[in-house]
Amino acid sequence: MSSPIVKLVAQRIALGILLLLAVSVLIFAGTQILPGDVAQAILGQSATPESLANLREQLGLNQPAYIRYFHWLGGVLTGDLGTAMSSGQDIATSIKERLWNTLFLAFWAAIVAIPLAIILGLIAVRYRNGWVDKLISGVALASTSFPEFFIGYLLVFYFAVQHQWFPAISTVYEGMSLGERLQAIALPAAALTLVVLAHMMRMTRAAILNVMQSAYVETAELKGLSAFAVIRKHAFPNAIAPIINVVMLNLAYLVVGVVVVEVIFVYPGMGQYLVDHVTKRDVPVVQAVGLIFAAVYISLNIIADIAAIVANPRLRHPK
Amino acid sequence: MTNELDYLSRRVAAGKLSRRDFLGRAAALGVTAPFANSLLSSAARAAGPVKGGTLKAGLVGGESTNSLDPALMMTQVPFAFGKCWGEMIVELSPDGKLENRIAEEIGASDDAKTWTLKIRDGIEFHNGKTVTAEDVAATLERHSDEKSKSGALGYMKGIETIKASGKEVVLTLKEPNADLPYLLSDYHLIVQPNGGKDKPDAGIGAGPYKVKVNEPGVRHVGERFANYWQGDKMGHADQIEVVVINDATARTAALQGGQVNMINRVEPKIVDLIKRVPGVTIRNHSGPGHYVFIMHCNTAPFDNNDLRMALKLAIDREEMLNKVLRGYGSLGNDFPINASYPLFTEIEQRKYDPDKAKFHYKKSGHDGSILLRTSDVAFPGAVDAAQLYQQSAAKAGIKLEIKREPGDGYWNEVWNKQPFCASYWGGRSTQDQMYSTAYLSSADWNDTRFKRPDFDKMVLAARAELDEAKRKAIYHDMAVMVRDEGGLILPMFNQFIDATGPKVAGWVDDPHQELSNGYALAKCWLEA
Repeated sequence: MSSPIVKLVAQRIALGILLLLAVSVLIFAGTQILPGDVAQAILGQSATPESLANLREQLGLNQPAYIRYFHWLGGVLTGDLGTAMSSGQDIATSIKERLWNTLFLAFWAAIVAIPLAIILGLIAVRYRNGWVDKLISGVALASTSFPEFFIGYLLVFYFAVQHQWFPAISTVYEGMSLGERLQAIALPAAALTLVVLAHMMRMTRAAILNVMQSAYVETAELKGLSAFAVIRKHAFPNAIAPIINVVMLNLAYLVVGVVVVEVIFVYPGMGQYLVDHVTKRDVPVVQAVGLIFAAVYISLNIIADIAAIVANPRLRHPK
Repeated sequence: MTNELDYLSRRVAAGKLSRRDFLGRAAALGVTAPFANSLLSSAARAAGPVKGGTLKAGLVGGESTNSLDPALMMTQVPFAFGKCWGEMIVELSPDGKLENRIAEEIGASDDAKTWTLKIRDGIEFHNGKTVTAEDVAATLERHSDEKSKSGALGYMKGIETIKASGKEVVLTLKEPNADLPYLLSDYHLIVQPNGGKDKPDAGIGAGPYKVKVNEPGVRHVGERFANYWQGDKMGHADQIEVVVINDATARTAALQGGQVNMINRVEPKIVDLIKRVPGVTIRNHSGPGHYVFIMHCNTAPFDNNDLRMALKLAIDREEMLNKVLRGYGSLGNDFPINASYPLFTEIEQRKYDPDKAKFHYKKSGHDGSILLRTSDVAFPGAVDAAQLYQQSAAKAGIKLEIKREPGDGYWNEVWNKQPFCASYWGGRSTQDQMYSTAYLSSADWNDTRFKRPDFDKMVLAARAELDEAKRKAIYHDMAVMVRDEGGLILPMFNQFIDATGPKVAGWVDDPHQELSNGYALAKCWLEA
């Protein structure tokens, strides 16, 4: 590894951390701008002026906002996300399990979606502009264009109600075996796969097609390599950077964009947890979840950037 | 295929299909005659409770913020699970009478101010301790304490002293109250060891099921409590499970797919479709819940009784009942009481009358449009209902302007704050409770701002009256007053619409709350 690449990577990571800090400021500011006061929200209808004053004191709401921000940030950095207002439970403990569930679902959706998208993309390139290409693109685009809840309900109707192959609700809990868990998440994972498939597939197809115009591909063809061998050996490695980029973006989406799918399938993940607490105006939880989502998004993007740098010879050996 | 067989065999049991036809259809489905016969006999044998199995309910109304502390129960899931693990002092029986549970006997002094509860022997908590008078007294004390934030605090404030001596608990009230036993049936008042003062959310009660899993917002599991004092009447399944399914479509799909045995809150607009699903039974029954439009009697233009009357006459109740509730409800009459309350008296039904409405509207002297706020969360179909109201009012020359408010924040920002909006009430178990909660001048939730000292006096008089006939007369006068002078427009009472899947037996219709007043999991069983 040359030193410019180390420098580039270090820069990316530093930028990511800065970005995350900026996001944390935004999240904190956003929740402060929300109408109403946290103490009022906790006490609700039965609030008396004295109890409001007491609670404000107790929560440190009388301090200026920037002090509260650094307090919060310090807590987050040491792993203390605070306690939920509505239930008084430690946020870090309750989020841990939820986050694990969300990652579990995202992982299995990704395991299916990424290879499937890339293979479909390769096939589409091989038979470009033919009926196979059009069919693949058409189906993938259609499944992406439908809203997630619609796909979710369709899957439920078909596979849970009509044929009863999979459960309609995806409640998972401790003590379930891996097999049971996989069966439970089959439908939401399928819904997520359908949602992210087209983007990755189309990007794979476009990136490879782009490379296919190059002279060296023509040379390879003239050498007499089969169409698939040309794509696999010459086109794909050179098109990998944009593909990794779009894969990472979609991975991020699988983690942070699952709110609707989790609600439809009653999956106990972060999305459902966030929705519950937003309706209760439970600000500490909303802040914590927001920050985690932002961290996932930013780190996956950094990984995409770094992978793109490493994969691209021009970036690897800048002139 | 099994679904279809199940369905057919129940049709035979119900006398709608002959045995011969059944066997023919079964053969067409590829089932051998002996097996088909055995199916038939199991459908026909609807004998006593069957012990065993796991009974699952998929319910709306649970959040990750729920707690096992009975004082904090508010939504349907903690309520229904609470009835499984908790035991009450008294309970309302399905026929509207009082049923003594932990209290074996309840007696009142002549002035209805001192009440004595005699505690039943031999009831055991899940931790092995016996339920004592001290536990009952401590429970009541905890719920009377401001700090407990109990949902029952409103009524409990009326108790001055609570004393346990031997097997008795003696309560002295600040004001006489003939309804005290009904108030003690409030679902928050689950008796806990030492009243739950040590650990309010321990989940230890004396109910038919022990708490085994408690994952708020996800699921709750109960395991049969072997020493339950009424094991022959409740606690038939070995295990019960509540799965939180807040999405209506997912709930229905879970019932159809067989993941749960019962669900609550079936939407009226899909009842007719669900009914046709083989194996599914709709359990609908009317209760005290009602959908309303509320006007603040002290805010212009609603401070004019002619305008209020015009708006009451300008609503087409029949149409609303048929279109919004699809007939799953009953007509409202602008006072919050119906036949599900004790001491109810029928009053002439108010009808849609555009001409009379026009007359009163003119007399009120009001001009211009009236702003009505509504939202999806006000009640299911509230936006449609407001639009129907707009049209029926237009025929009477009254212009309603509808504003659709976001569901988030509706109960904080609109209800009980804005002068005219859509809302709902779940109802209470007695007339006194209902009127005290929302129609007394001093009530926090007086959401119609109906402030009438003469009405307040009637509420207090009825409360202290032990003579039923006299009480009934007072309640009648109160109802007439709210109906003709109040700010309540009550087009319809809704029904609880629950549904059960195949093989669920033992369902009891109960007018007090949904899911057999929360007891469905404890009272139902799975047929073998």
